[in-house]
Amino acid sequence: MILSARNITKSYPTAEGLLPILKGIDLDLDAGETVALTGESGSGKSTLLHLAAGLDRPDAGEVIVSGRDIGKLDDRGRAAYRRSDVGLVFQQFNLIPSLSVAANISFHARLAGRFDAAWERELTERLGLSQLLARYPEQLSGGQQQRVAIGRTLAARPPLVLADEPTGNLDEATGDAVLDLMLSLSKTAGSALLLVTHSARLADKLDRKVLLRGGMIAA
Amino acid sequence: MIWTAFTALLSHWRYRPLQLATLLVGVALATALWSGVQAINSEARASYDRAASVLEQNRFDQLLSRDGKGIAIDTYAALRRAGWNVSPVIEGDHRFGSVRIRLIGIDPLSMPAQARAFPISGASDLAGFAGGTVLVVSPRTAERLGRPEGLKVNVSADLPDDAAFVDIGLADRLLGAGGALTRLVVGPDQRQGLPPIAQIAPGLALQPAGETPDVTRLTDSFHLNLTAFGFLAFVVGLFIVYSATGLSFEQRRATFRTLRALGVPLRSLTVMLVAELMLIALVAGVIGVVLGYFIASALLPGVAATLKGLYGASVPGALSLRPQWWAAGIAIAVLGTAVSSSQSLWRVWTMPLLSAGQSRAWARASAKALRLQAAAGLVLLAGALGVALLGHGLAAGFAVLGGLLLGAALLLPIVLSGALWGAERLSRGALTQWFWADTRLQLPGLSLALMALLLALSANIGVGTMVSSFRQTFVGWLDQRLAAELYVTARDEAEAARLREWLAGRVDAVLPIWNVEREVLGQQIQIFGVADDPTYRDHWPLLEGTADVWDRLASGQGALINEQMWRSRHLQPGQTIRMPGGWDVVVAGVYSDYGNPRGQVMIGLDALTRHYPDVTRLRYGLRIAPERVADFRRRLVQEFQLPNANIIDQAALKTQSRAVFEQTFSVTGALNILTLAVAGFAMFSSLLTLSGIRLPQLAPVWAMGVRRRDLALLEVARTVALWLATFVAAVPVGLALAWVLLSVVNVEAFGWKLPIAFFPLDWLRLGGVALVAALISVFLPVRRLATVSPAGLLRIFANER
Repeated sequence: MILSARNITKSYPTAEGLLPILKGIDLDLDAGETVALTGESGSGKSTLLHLAAGLDRPDAGEVIVSGRDIGKLDDRGRAAYRRSDVGLVFQQFNLIPSLSVAANISFHARLAGRFDAAWERELTERLGLSQLLARYPEQLSGGQQQRVAIGRTLAARPPLVLADEPTGNLDEATGDAVLDLMLSLSKTAGSALLLVTHSARLADKLDRKVLLRGGMIAA
Repeated sequence: MIWTAFTALLSHWRYRPLQLATLLVGVALATALWSGVQAINSEARASYDRAASVLEQNRFDQLLSRDGKGIAIDTYAALRRAGWNVSPVIEGDHRFGSVRIRLIGIDPLSMPAQARAFPISGASDLAGFAGGTVLVVSPRTAERLGRPEGLKVNVSADLPDDAAFVDIGLADRLLGAGGALTRLVVGPDQRQGLPPIAQIAPGLALQPAGETPDVTRLTDSFHLNLTAFGFLAFVVGLFIVYSATGLSFEQRRATFRTLRALGVPLRSLTVMLVAELMLIALVAGVIGVVLGYFIASALLPGVAATLKGLYGASVPGALSLRPQWWAAGIAIAVLGTAVSSSQSLWRVWTMPLLSAGQSRAWARASAKALRLQAAAGLVLLAGALGVALLGHGLAAGFAVLGGLLLGAALLLPIVLSGALWGAERLSRGALTQWFWADTRLQLPGLSLALMALLLALSANIGVGTMVSSFRQTFVGWLDQRLAAELYVTARDEAEAARLREWLAGRVDAVLPIWNVEREVLGQQIQIFGVADDPTYRDHWPLLEGTADVWDRLASGQGALINEQMWRSRHLQPGQTIRMPGGWDVVVAGVYSDYGNPRGQVMIGLDALTRHYPDVTRLRYGLRIAPERVADFRRRLVQEFQLPNANIIDQAALKTQSRAVFEQTFSVTGALNILTLAVAGFAMFSSLLTLSGIRLPQLAPVWAMGVRRRDLALLEVARTVALWLATFVAAVPVGLALAWVLLSVVNVEAFGWKLPIAFFPLDWLRLGGVALVAALISVFLPVRRLATVSPAGLLRIFANER
């Protein structure tokens, strides 16, 4: 098992007091498995993803990834975890505007110390980015930018990939193509995938679906 | 509708108080430094005018002797007999102990009442003044003078410092003028049908009323220098305003769009923005003028010392508030704000209704704009080089300075961008590569602040090198020139004669320091006589001279002239000059004479006493073994009961001279620091502004496993790297600036040329100060970044942000 979340709770302070977002979530993910996390806006999907990514800590409960409770890691430990064990894909792409496409793709792998030129070449070819390597993010379309973001994540071959509505900013055809590529490449890389999506149609493409409602697992 | 829309626009500042503070401080600082310098200039100029009007009675026509020998009493009498209403003046410098002041001897009966700078009311006043025992001086001069023996000191607040009005008879006696009048003041009311002056007194020349006083012309360059500094600081301040208004406009693009979509006409929107800016400019302008007053008050004593040291001009050390200064200060604040925000206003004016908000667009510069900037920079540098090679005069010097500074500042972002691109290509690690690439991305947003920093650092290095070169030359020159171990001044001629007699055989050499003031080549100058002594032959610093220069001087056939006279009169060794009294002398050499604003001629001592027997013979330099100085000084005091101020040893004189030198450049140092402080603030405000839009650029790197602390440290490293690069660029620019100051501006402004010397330790010290300023400027933005909560960073990744 690559990810195991147990009885996770998380609240955020607001002007009206603490707002509970997650109310005791249990979730498991096997190595290489792909899971779609669905639910309405405000149901806690992104929060759960952020906790699994080590970007934030749960108020209570355990997030075990590769046998380690990442909620108990200090700042340095969580930074090291994000570098080595997890890959993130966001709806807003969040590429680094100052780096070229090539540098963006290799950035995370080089930070993790796992840069593999042959794998990167294969990735860029399969993502259709070979002709765009010298360009900068602002010179790319939305679909191209998302493919660069996927390339950046998978170049490091992380055991766990977390994607937050990666096709939310793309049209249907482009979104389908991007997701297919992502699934295929994740399989090749041997990475498990936890993907947040609003789309039931896209969720159907993954191995399993988990529905969140009001901060709890509904199905 | 208008008020509702206006309050919506103004609400922006409620959420961004720091941005508002930056804008206010930018306008206030720019106004303060500019209006402070203008206040100093106008105070000094008013003082020159007052001095000219009071001391030289320049509101009236004057008659001067054509040959510079003075006007004979007979000539004066002839003019009076012919019916001309003229009044005689005898003037010159006189020493009361160690205090040297300008004596203006007038005839209170014939002097037009408007030309008298002090009131004489009633017969008793008149009798007292005409009795020849009264000195009328300013309160400060009265303090310095104390109680001169046998004279009564009256105080008049209207008089300039370091001058005294006395009866003409007393002036004649104290100055030893032998009845020769310096000039005649022509009264405003003259009878009709008088015979022409040229017919009665052909040896006199008429100087019309209102001619610009010499000191005004002399000090023009200094004030131009101050104005240039003030302008530099003003421009640096406007960079802050440009940056702050640019960002506030970009951040409100969405608001502009909404307001227009809701029916606010573009014209009304623009008027509202202009009104908002003017409101800010007025508030900041008032703050700036008040600040400027304090800056000017703090700097004025230094400026007064500089003007006294360099030009002999007397300016009071206190500032008076003038209404036109307030008006000018607020006007410059409004004008500066208008100029620096005009581009932003133009963008709003031309913004399409459907244009999207781009909060980061202001920080981007198009490649075309960069190319244009590079071209402008190169043209300015080439222009500066051309003017340096072909131009002449002070205006050319300042044109070179302007072209050099502005050209270098415009080129800086392009050079830095190239260097960062190279560093990015050469780096191996992912984080290092990102660091350089990200720094390059920040460059457009920081370039104005970096340009301001380059200007401030270059000015510091340039002016610092000029002052240090000057100091080094001056100290060396003092060591050579102040060769005598002891300097003694007798209180009167009788005592001087007794002193000469007593000194004979008791010291190694007695070097008389005697001089007269006369007009040579149309200029009032000092003529010194020097004894034929090895002290001069071995020590006196010469810039040019024939091999037998000292022999020619001793024989009375040659003269030495100072550098100021050499340059201003274009004289060459070998040339003959006509001396007062109608005799000729050949220029045998030229000596450097730093710190003296006027021309000077040195002739042999015998020639001086022969041609000018009326010369005052009170001062002497004594050569004596250094270990005997203290004992000899005691014996002199015992023998002659001379006050301490009349016996000065070499070390004390050097210390005094160096203190005067340091005081002279204190104002330049203060302006340097202020300009650097404004540049530091410009950097701080830019970094603070950038920190507000940095999170989206940094959050992905954080998400990929780089800690906030490390990102904060990289931000510090980035700022330090940019400051360092700017500092390195500032060194050659500053040295070029120093060269222009020393070789072009100084020659035109002061009349002397100095060799350039390099002081790398001073640069390192400045680099250290710049580094500290960099760390201070980045502290708040970095603290903000280091302490941003994970929730704040996560918002960057939120899909509905």
